[in-house]
Amino acid sequence: MTAPADVTAAFQAKFPQATSRPSGDHPAFNLPVAEVHAALKYLRDEAAHDFLVDVTAIDNGVDASPRFTVIWHVYSTTRHGYVRLAADCASDENPVAPTVSDLWPTANWHERETYDLLGVKFENHPDLRRILMWEGYPYHPLRKDFPLAGIQTPLPDIEVAELTKASVKPAPMAGGPFVASSGEMNLTDAEPRAKDESWTERHEKPAPTSE
Amino acid sequence: MVSANNELAYNTKIEGDIVVTRADAVINWLRSSSVWPMPMGLACCAIELMGVAAARFDIARFGAEVFRFSPRQADCMIVAGTVTYKMAPHVRRIYDQMAEPKWVIAMGACASSGGMYRSYATLQGVDQIVPVDVYISGCPPRPEALLDALMKLQSKIKKEPSSSALLTSA
Ligand code: SF4
Repeated sequence: MTAPADVTAAFQAKFPQATSRPSGDHPAFNLPVAEVHAALKYLRDEAAHDFLVDVTAIDNGVDASPRFTVIWHVYSTTRHGYVRLAADCASDENPVAPTVSDLWPTANWHERETYDLLGVKFENHPDLRRILMWEGYPYHPLRKDFPLAGIQTPLPDIEVAELTKASVKPAPMAGGPFVASSGEMNLTDAEPRAKDESWTERHEKPAPTSE
Repeated sequence: MVSANNELAYNTKIEGDIVVTRADAVINWLRSSSVWPMPMGLACCAIELMGVAAARFDIARFGAEVFRFSPRQADCMIVAGTVTYKMAPHVRRIYDQMAEPKWVIAMGACASSGGMYRSYATLQGVDQIVPVDVYISGCPPRPEALLDALMKLQSKIKKEPSSSALLTSA
């Protein structure tokens, strides 16, 4: 179900800077990051979109500018429609977005996750700590410049690190990552496989050929 | 075991008699017959660990049904699940808190090698953090595989030089 046409029309009348965003499913809008808080408050209080489904962000690529786009999904439990808002962060190095944890307490952990994995800071968040990686971890792993295998860092606990001589090491990829074939009805063929098995830890990944 | 019992029925003449054996055999028999597990259930494998404790597979048949959530009272840590780098130091600390003698079973692909999680977040094998006695393959392993690992651990315990270890460690 998508938001009724009157909701999107009223939203655009209220926020003329919001532009329609290409979307395969629900109505979506791009709008300036400064207006996001007011827009979400409007959707919650006046358009009955009372349920914050998700807060996340997109890394558009290392060289892209704007690099980070923050996404909000809201749902109306009475009118049964979704609306998606997207806002580009002004800075590519230190992306910042407003918190909506004052509107929906559930935003608290969503924003902490987005901060942890993508490094988007949410202004006025009551407790913006990492939520999945440990405090003091130096990277934001879902950024495009972070390798899936990871980067060598010390273990979170210095004592245990000294005792065991273990550290956070890049995982052996063994030709992976292993990708399942989606839409494959034969389960044997759908099993996750390395798409490129020409390289392992012992054989370097071949340089990309220019074609 | 201690001695072969060839009697077919209860024999009053044997009761109260002296049995001659080695100290190692007695100590190891006691230890291997009451391995109290420390359930380090961290992911899906822990469900099979619960299954092995329940009536259908019944780990009590091997004297290992007393799952202790206090490391002080446990003998064998069963690492059942994916160990993240964030969790790894805690696993080691809980292992350190267990009283000697202690053993570790790495249950499943994740605990043994990181399993399918070739990623920045997952410890690639719990043996980087604690010494592992028995590894179990599978994702998840069947409960029978855990019973098999327990039997392997029991036969390993039975070969340990326990009495000399006790005398030299004191
Ligand atoms: S080995 Fe498989 S079943 Fe066990 S914890 Fe890992 S993913 Fe889950």
